[in-house]
Amino acid sequence: MKKMTVLDRVLLLITGLLAAYQIVVGVNGLGTLTTWAYTVAFGVLLVAGLLLIILGFEPLENPIVVIVSTIIPLSLSLGLVSQHLPQWGTAYLIFVIVGFLLVVYSRYKMEGTMAVFPLAIVHGIAGMTIFLLPIILSMKGVAPGGFAWVGIGGALIGVGGLLLAFLKAGKPILPQKTILTVLPALLLLMTAAFVAGFAAG
Amino acid sequence: MHNPRSAIRKIKTKLRLYWPLTKSLQTGLLLSTGLAGYMSARCPVFSISTLLGLGGSLFLAISGSTVLNMWYDRDIDAKMCRTETRPLPASKVSASEVLRLGLSLSILGVGWAVAISPLYGLIVFAGLFFDVVVYTLWLKRRTAWSIVWGGISGGMPILAGRVLGLGHIDWIGLALTMAILFWIPTHILTFSMRFHDDYERAGVPTFPSTYGFAVTRATIAISSIIAAGTMGVAAYGIGLTWGYLRLMIVLSGGLFLLAISSMVRPSERVNFGLFKYASLYMLSAMILLTV
Repeated sequence: MKKMTVLDRVLLLITGLLAAYQIVVGVNGLGTLTTWAYTVAFGVLLVAGLLLIILGFEPLENPIVVIVSTIIPLSLSLGLVSQHLPQWGTAYLIFVIVGFLLVVYSRYKMEGTMAVFPLAIVHGIAGMTIFLLPIILSMKGVAPGGFAWVGIGGALIGVGGLLLAFLKAGKPILPQKTILTVLPALLLLMTAAFVAGFAAG
Repeated sequence: MHNPRSAIRKIKTKLRLYWPLTKSLQTGLLLSTGLAGYMSARCPVFSISTLLGLGGSLFLAISGSTVLNMWYDRDIDAKMCRTETRPLPASKVSASEVLRLGLSLSILGVGWAVAISPLYGLIVFAGLFFDVVVYTLWLKRRTAWSIVWGGISGGMPILAGRVLGLGHIDWIGLALTMAILFWIPTHILTFSMRFHDDYERAGVPTFPSTYGFAVTRATIAISSIIAAGTMGVAAYGIGLTWGYLRLMIVLSGGLFLLAISSMVRPSERVNFGLFKYASLYMLSAMILLTV
């Protein structure tokens, strides 16, 4: 397991501070579901960042990482859907709950390719929602242009989430050392993109 | 005639020896709770001199009680690997010198506090009394429950700060004290599990040695939940905005999950994480109370 450097810790600390900032400022005029969906997403980022700073990369070996790394895109995409496509809010909420339970089930009860399948589906849909929805809304003029930054963050979270999820599922896309080297910077860029996008939108 | 350079060097050497006796991190954390207590009642701060008086008197009183604790526990410290290199067990400084230092700091701190405000001074004195007399001298070597008194003592700086800001004791101040009191087991019990062998060697009764690790972990989890809940209630009473409350809920959630994780899947790593996170949680909560 790669040792965490000072630079890694600094990047994670800035990530945590940005996530804390986003939790505090929130997004104005939102319903309870949307507010809590965003809070859970940034909250998981914050607490995960703090734990990585304290414990180093070792906790990433825990099987629960796959589940935790699923919460962020699911809750963030739920926030976006319930905010901008309220008519799909309930249906998407059901997808989030079922998807999450499926990922949890796959971690403990499935093996091999079957275990990776629910992960790919859930991460894929949530990631594409975070990536595409803000960009489409910006292009249509429904949201300001800067809101597209959330989509950029979505692309980054998709990359990070998939790298971690497949690593944990035993089918790594890149070597573990490479993933851990880029992870802090990836988390920071992703969080910064989200914060910038929400500030603009 | 004295050479000024050698005098400065001598002072520097003494300071280098004395500084570890104050447990600077622990003192700093307790000091931050006192400042947060004051700012929770007086923010923005109108009187810089009062704030400096608060910081100075608390620093002296907390350091004084810590130094007295080090002086009394020097025999225990000598038996524990974790503490055997401290200045006293390592014979870098004499016991009588440390006793004089501890008493001087304590008298100066409490005296300064009384001069600022009698009620504030009384609470600062209560903190020192509970820590030195009740916790260190009386109970620490007798019962694992001594940490309750250590907790009460640890809760005094935040109450003192709040009282200095308000002029009287209110329910929010008491709730903040309770939050610290219940946070202390999270901090100390994880520590006593980590250094269990050390405490056994020194013959100090702890929760793990008296009730076992499982009960200790359950105690940590329950006290973490109560600490986080009480802190949340106090923060709501102070009038923290919804955004800051959300952040506090998130941080409390992290503490809660780690405590549960330490119960369900106990490991040295999780225990260490909980210990560190609990400190970070308290510092963050104090920062949130002051904004």
